[in-house]
Amino acid sequence: MTAQLTIEDFSLVFRTRHGTVRALEDVSLSVERGEIVGVVGESGSGKSVLAYAVMGLQDAAARVQGGRIMFGGMDMLAASEQALADVRGREIAMIFQSPRTALNPIRKVGAQIEDILREHANLPSRDLRGHAIDALARVRIPDPERRYNAYPFELSGGMCQRVMIAMALACSPFLLIADEPTTGLDVTTQAVIMDLIRDMSYGQRMSTLLITHDLGLAGEYCDRIAVMHAGHVVEIAPVEELLARPAHPYTRQLLAATPTPRSTVDGLVSIPGHLPDLRQDLPPCRFSARCDRHVALCDESKLPWTSLTNSHLVRCRVPL
Amino acid sequence: MTQPLLEARALTKRYPVSGGKRGALLHAVDAVDLAIAPGECLGLVGESGCGKSTLVRLLARLIDPTDGHIFLDGADTTAVSQARFVTMPDRARIQVVFQDPSESLNPSFRVFDSIADPLKRLRGVRDHAKLVAQVHRAAELVGLPRELIARYPHQLSGGQRARVGIARAIAVEPSLLILDEPTSALDVSVQAVILRLLADLRARLGMSYLFVSHDLNVVRLLCSRIVVMYLGRVVEIAPTEELFNAPRHPYTRALIASIPDPARRGEVRPRLDGSPRSPIDPDPNTCRFYGRCPTGAERCKTAMPKLLPFGNGHFAACHFA
Amino acid sequence: MSRAATLGRNIGHAFGENRLTLVAVAILLVLLVCAAFGSALAPYDPLMTDSTAKMLPPGAQHLFGTDALGRDILSRVVIAARLDLGMAISAVFLSFIVGLGLGATAGYFGGWSDRIIGRLMDTIMAFPLFVLAMGIVAALGNSVLNIILATMIINLPFYCRFARGEVNVRREMGYVEAARMGGNRALPVLVNHIIPNILPAMMVQASLNMGWAILNAAGLSFIGLGVRPPTPEWGIMVSEGASFIISGEWWTFVFPGAALVLAVFCFNLLGDGLRDLLDPRRRL
Repeated sequence: MTAQLTIEDFSLVFRTRHGTVRALEDVSLSVERGEIVGVVGESGSGKSVLAYAVMGLQDAAARVQGGRIMFGGMDMLAASEQALADVRGREIAMIFQSPRTALNPIRKVGAQIEDILREHANLPSRDLRGHAIDALARVRIPDPERRYNAYPFELSGGMCQRVMIAMALACSPFLLIADEPTTGLDVTTQAVIMDLIRDMSYGQRMSTLLITHDLGLAGEYCDRIAVMHAGHVVEIAPVEELLARPAHPYTRQLLAATPTPRSTVDGLVSIPGHLPDLRQDLPPCRFSARCDRHVALCDESKLPWTSLTNSHLVRCRVPL
Repeated sequence: MTQPLLEARALTKRYPVSGGKRGALLHAVDAVDLAIAPGECLGLVGESGCGKSTLVRLLARLIDPTDGHIFLDGADTTAVSQARFVTMPDRARIQVVFQDPSESLNPSFRVFDSIADPLKRLRGVRDHAKLVAQVHRAAELVGLPRELIARYPHQLSGGQRARVGIARAIAVEPSLLILDEPTSALDVSVQAVILRLLADLRARLGMSYLFVSHDLNVVRLLCSRIVVMYLGRVVEIAPTEELFNAPRHPYTRALIASIPDPARRGEVRPRLDGSPRSPIDPDPNTCRFYGRCPTGAERCKTAMPKLLPFGNGHFAACHFA
Repeated sequence: MSRAATLGRNIGHAFGENRLTLVAVAILLVLLVCAAFGSALAPYDPLMTDSTAKMLPPGAQHLFGTDALGRDILSRVVIAARLDLGMAISAVFLSFIVGLGLGATAGYFGGWSDRIIGRLMDTIMAFPLFVLAMGIVAALGNSVLNIILATMIINLPFYCRFARGEVNVRREMGYVEAARMGGNRALPVLVNHIIPNILPAMMVQASLNMGWAILNAAGLSFIGLGVRPPTPEWGIMVSEGASFIISGEWWTFVFPGAALVLAVFCFNLLGDGLRDLLDPRRRL
């Protein structure tokens, strides 16, 4: 299978008044056709920065320091703004956190879907409305003709998120990037939305990059998971493998800190220390200050990728 | 059966709705009966709009109920208004740890001032040396390093702010601590620390907890009994493991089935779609869950189900439980 | 780091980034010195007339020239600083206090207090503000006190609305509820817990408002409804000098006018600088 998205040794910094923030360093990741890959990390891990960078939507203060992002055959970093704009919405789509704020509050929902269709799908104007209503129906919004005329404030958080998904999928993209799509939604709504994303993903053979801080959520819905810490990808593995046999100390501790139906309070592990300051000079492994397996070798040089199996990769000198 | 520490009977809160029909009322909390035993940790769950925040504020005596009573050790705290309750000695016995650490600390107060203020007001501590000693004791109990006490909230991390919020609440030695989503704004690694701290504090200080959270896995960790609310009413109460293993109310079942569980990958589970009905002037004879419930019989439309006992402290409000 | 040190560092940054703020502070200092030590700095007695030195253009003896009665304009401009600044500062101070009190009450308690105070402010704002000031002074009489009162009244809604909005936003925040749980009654919550947080933003508003207050006081005097001659005051001086526009004795109105412009400019810049200083996103 050819990979839909390949990120190779991607590094990105932010130039700020208080110094250069090394937000991403040597990030490598791939998403195959039709698979759901989860990017899991805590706040400050760089997962959202990565998502925006893939779309070419990074902040004005961001500077790419190296690496490649290949989408299909297209080099996303070398492409012109025109080429990127052409691809966004049509071949790559993104859904965001806080659906109500991501939608235009003064335009009807149907009109917003039509905007996407008008821009990217070659449809005659009279067909736009029909397609928009179809898109709403596909995300299982009840009574789509009536909802077509609704404003975002009239819809619940879950409905708004479905509208965003409808907008994202309107042109049947090859890649969907979902940035914390269910944060802020009730757990019942979360389950419905995630089921929808998964069904649409598999149904349309669409690749999905799911950004989340919730390891449990990624564990249920993703095929593979990449764990990020302080701008590094520390481990990538198929989901069952990652959950059962984590190789990176951070992954192990993250798993042990995440409450599951079978956890106990005493069994919950906390991760000592805190995120390093990304403006300072940092050791090759950014987790070393908090790691209980730290050895001198960890500080020597850039960490290589270790393959534990064909698909299980970890960046650690002393993997578990 | 020992007297409960806190007991709510037929607790109701209705808000007038502006812009709607004249006299329309929003039923935020409707005829809630609840009891918390001394030393117990009671969980409160429900989706947004179910009334748990309003219930928390009623029990904390921040607002006055429209109807019903709240008894603290048998004494009716609702006999006085919330404005008067502020000055009564019982005020110190119920304290709250709030959700958002960035909003729950006064930005212009140092940590010391935030913790000292309730000590001054509620415990009447005037002597500066005593005040300092008690603030330090509270900080120590929550594991807050002493050098942070002189700082302002914006100079602290999320986890540190959460600790300050807890220190402030326990400084006055409350009997009941209400925790309103205390860890939902925190990273998972920090959450683990705070949860262990809370469990530890309860064991050491013997407080009761009312633990409100949308994260069922977290509630399961600390609570011995759980109350499930839906649209202002209590729909189920049960001991924790029994609630998770054998829920009786269809809403609870859907709630538990929605918890992400990697062990049940790919399983098709019952999903609860749609949204709750309007809490404005609901029909008093129709079950609040009717229409969204997979079961939907005539009976559900004509008679409001009562909270019935099923043995072992398990109650459910459903005709078909 | 102590609050003072953090503030000092922020001030340093704000000034470092915005040179104009430094300029504004310099101008303010000059004005304050004039206000405080005017009588010592002025080369001539501002009230002393000299029929031999009438309408002299700016020169070595009289740096700003003389007016129609032979009075030295420089001395008058310098002395007038105390009156103009004094009136503006008093009016702004009173507006600030009363507006803060009314607005905070309306914002925190809501209900009837909000409605009554709101209607009061609406009544004031229903009139074109300067016309209202004119009316107040005309009714009560020309005096410095009445100018201050009139300026205070027309500025009241500005502070009241601002305070009301800020208090309203904070009323529902966790720390306010925590304060109530901590045994504070309504008034202590408002005074000790909420107001300290809104004071910085209100100070910014006050600084920006100062320029307007100065113009208001000077404007009333300009149209003859304020301070009376021969008291040196920038508005009166501009008014007196305005009659000489056609005949070309520009120094009689340009210098007092420039003083007004400088003062307003200075306070506006200060307000901007203060706002930048207090913007939490730029805080270190």
